[in-house]
Amino acid sequence: MRRRDFLKDMTAATCGLSLPGLSGCAPDTKSLPPGSLDSGNARLGHRLRHDEFPPPVEVIRAPVLIAGAGIAGLSAAWRLKREGFDDFALIELEDTPGGNSRYGENAISRYPLAAHYLPLPNPEARAVRALLADLGALQSDPDAPEPVYDERYLCHAPQERLYRLGVWQEGLIPHLGVARAELDEQARFFARMESLRALRDKRGRRVFALPLAYGGEAPEWVAGLDTLTMYDWMRQEGFNAPSLHWYVNYVCRDDYGTDYRHISAWAGVHYFACRIGRGGEGANDSVLTAPEGNGWLVERLLAFIGKAHAPRCGEMVHALAQTPRGCRVDVWNEARQVSLRYEAEHLVWAAPLFVLAHVAHELPSELSAAIAPLSYAPWLIANLSLSETPPPGAGLPLCWDNVLQDSPSLGYVTATHQNIRVAGGPTVLTYYNALSGIEPFQARHMLLSKPHRLWAEEILRDLAHAHRDIRELTTRLDIQCHGHAMSRPLPGFNDPARRRRLADGWGRVRLAHADLSGLSLFEESNYWGVRAAENILTAQGARLKERLA
Amino acid sequence: MTASAPSTPSTTRTRHALLASVFVIASCGLVYELVAAALASYLLGDSITQFSTVIGAYLFAMGLGSWLSRFVGGNLVRRFVEIELAVGVVGGFTAAALFLAFAAQAGPFRALLYLAVLAVGVLVGLEIPLVMRILKREVAFKDLVSQVLAVDYLGALAVSLLFPLLLAPWLGLMRTGLLFGLFNVGVAIFALSLFRAQLVSVRGLRATAAVCFALLGGGLALAGQVSDMAESWIYADKIIYAQNSPYQRIVVTRWRDDVRLFLNQNLQFSSKDEYRYHEALIHPGLAALPQARRVLVLGGGDGLAVREILRYPQITSVTLVDLDPAMTQIFSTAPLLRQLNDNALNDKRVTVVNDDAARWLEEHADVFDFIVADFPDPSNFSLGKLYSTGFYRLLQRHLAPGGRLAVQATSPFYARRSFWTIVATLRAAGLQTSPYHALVPSFGEWGYVLAGVEPAVPPAVYPPGLRFLTIEGTPDLFRFPADMEYLPMEPNRLNEQSLVRIFEQEWHGVAGNH
Repeated sequence: MRRRDFLKDMTAATCGLSLPGLSGCAPDTKSLPPGSLDSGNARLGHRLRHDEFPPPVEVIRAPVLIAGAGIAGLSAAWRLKREGFDDFALIELEDTPGGNSRYGENAISRYPLAAHYLPLPNPEARAVRALLADLGALQSDPDAPEPVYDERYLCHAPQERLYRLGVWQEGLIPHLGVARAELDEQARFFARMESLRALRDKRGRRVFALPLAYGGEAPEWVAGLDTLTMYDWMRQEGFNAPSLHWYVNYVCRDDYGTDYRHISAWAGVHYFACRIGRGGEGANDSVLTAPEGNGWLVERLLAFIGKAHAPRCGEMVHALAQTPRGCRVDVWNEARQVSLRYEAEHLVWAAPLFVLAHVAHELPSELSAAIAPLSYAPWLIANLSLSETPPPGAGLPLCWDNVLQDSPSLGYVTATHQNIRVAGGPTVLTYYNALSGIEPFQARHMLLSKPHRLWAEEILRDLAHAHRDIRELTTRLDIQCHGHAMSRPLPGFNDPARRRRLADGWGRVRLAHADLSGLSLFEESNYWGVRAAENILTAQGARLKERLA
Repeated sequence: MTASAPSTPSTTRTRHALLASVFVIASCGLVYELVAAALASYLLGDSITQFSTVIGAYLFAMGLGSWLSRFVGGNLVRRFVEIELAVGVVGGFTAAALFLAFAAQAGPFRALLYLAVLAVGVLVGLEIPLVMRILKREVAFKDLVSQVLAVDYLGALAVSLLFPLLLAPWLGLMRTGLLFGLFNVGVAIFALSLFRAQLVSVRGLRATAAVCFALLGGGLALAGQVSDMAESWIYADKIIYAQNSPYQRIVVTRWRDDVRLFLNQNLQFSSKDEYRYHEALIHPGLAALPQARRVLVLGGGDGLAVREILRYPQITSVTLVDLDPAMTQIFSTAPLLRQLNDNALNDKRVTVVNDDAARWLEEHADVFDFIVADFPDPSNFSLGKLYSTGFYRLLQRHLAPGGRLAVQATSPFYARRSFWTIVATLRAAGLQTSPYHALVPSFGEWGYVLAGVEPAVPPAVYPPGLRFLTIEGTPDLFRFPADMEYLPMEPNRLNEQSLVRIFEQEWHGVAGNH
């Protein structure tokens, strides 16, 4: 009793002494920064679930229609244009093209609204390399083992740091203050991944290729990886080091928006085993990035495709049917508040596949069945405008990618990192949260209902662990919600029969989306877009100079 | 059972009071340790070593103190008060004394540091055993140990949180030490009143306590002046100008006819020999370009490079881009400094721009016949970008046909790999390079690189008035003796920034870089 009284006295005294800024005693008084909460045209998209749309007021003929101006749709357009084929049109539900590579801009900088980098592509990702060469970012022979890339897009050093135990360490794999035994286990894990990266089938094809379509025949034990979760596989293989578990879970959340307790072990292993892309002139295994994340790719793709083919934004497909001569595509034009009808010989469906089931009422049942297992991860991305570059803190100074170990988020990237500047000055930090801690439908509900002020409070509180003055520095906090950001590679996702069915499409409706692979990666979107375009070109009797997919 | 034995109100109050004192004592003890460690890392660098050795020595000293406590006898309360006063004064003044000793270079600093750490540690080590012996009379042993130690660690926790969050950033090390010295003396005074019944002839002790209190209070009041004084000792010479700009601390000192500029305590030039540095930076390149009209200087806000450029009558415009307006401001207004740069920044041919070099280059399309890149050494990742293939390609777009670039490239003697990395970087950016060096006594051997699309030709004639360069001596600058000779290095690319790491390794332990 007496001791407790004493402790109580002391606590009271400590609080009495404390000055504002010491957490626990005084609430934060500084008001929250202003900002937007943008869900894109989610409300419009959700009208597909139950609304009736009026009959079309206008009929537009388009030999090829591409529905969806994300990376898959834009890649299809690029491939057509590259072959000299001009008779296509692009439509897009959102107000700006780019899908998961969209970007924003303010007085300080451009910044990503979703994906923020592209690893140097593998040799088998020929379409991606050809694209980068066309866009001017790959400056040598695209088929060279280590092509030369424009160094302005190679991520500048220092690249990554991880905040743990109060210090920023270099790299994202925990190593500072990690026990020897754990480090040994990390090394064993990465050696194992290295051997899987080199794994080839009888015909010499790598088993874990990217795009997946180029993967060789998997031995039975590899195919079996798709029957359990990454977490279970690690336990089964005797990988128990907490630091390794944290890191593997981090990359699963980062690439797949999903906890490693739910991810297929095949997808988890693929993350580590698939990438062999390297660049020359010291680029090594770097990544391509820009202040606007992958937005520069969208901008250059649009320039390549040309103004005449600029995507018609704010147009949503609401009914899709096959006719003897092609496809009948009814869209809702949000700006004009009318329905329009496209009569197209070919349709490239470059939108998430789950939407197809809502608009194509005559979809064959096995195709519906192949789409049905898809489940989508929601993402929240916040762009924090800062009046000053945050003080670096202890350890490695501010990097491009900055991750907090004890955080529900995936950390933040610095938009101004690629600038050559001596003075810090204002900057934009892009904060990522895949909301993987709860079920996707709950997270989506949260994205639609939780107000900006609560998100802002949560985000600032999270970042304050590493940057205690973040609240004072933040002048704006703009939130972008992606309710169905990416499909989740859960166990069973890597079913060859199912993927073949999706790849066959539906007559003149060709499916082109990363959803076909089940991995939401630039290389996959690009592959399926290019493949659809090439199939249309050959169907039209064109003789292709080269097939890229 | 003993724990719950009823105690009289007065002994309970005494015990609480003593435990509160333990809390204060523990806080003070940890403060002295942290102050010493932080001061050592601040002054000597290498914080891991400093923290580890200071804390180790301190813990050892505390152990020694605890052991010595067995020899302390007589009136324990009296001894306790005396020790408190000693801890307060010795601990409180440690930071100030060490800082002054370092600045005045009085004696071997490390020896003084560990002596102070040992002294404070021994005194602090004596405290807790004494308190326990005083309390032993009233409390059962197991309660005594648990209570005293719990409060002891609680005090340590409080300080370990307060020190990095509030004390070090707000008060500074010197004031923090003195403030906690006052707390120790406060505990002594409090004990004097609490135990007045057990003490005889306390007048002497009271007087001593008052003197200690006054000393520490006075120190606290004067701490600002003391640190200014110590800083002026570090610079050795009289500070004639000091300013904190948003980018750096600018200090100009003068001793007789030697004027020196320090940025963040790093010597930038001494007027005794800066002409060597600046003649070598400008003339081997510019004297060989008789057609040159437009010149760009990046960095070099002191106007000394511009002074050299203005020796050429055919130069029609000089654009100086320096990040820090405070620099160009004082070097275009302060009489003594204007005298140094011959009033170069006020010349009508000169345009001063305050901007980040790369931003200015990105936003302007102007081309120049001669570009001078006179940046601080690549000591961090931001500065390292100004020595990268990407930056040199950007510079190349601003070079007129036949134009030339002169780059300050750190010391080929102290930082040989860094120097040849800069050369390799210019080559990788597609430029022909001519590396050279000159001896600047204040810095040592210093390195430069001339670069251009075409190879550089040696100058035929220098403008009149040079004090260092001669046409006959110039070929020697381009010859490198064996200890600075060419090394094959990888270029400094933006995605690797190898130069920053190499530079850090090479300058580690070499004081006073440019």
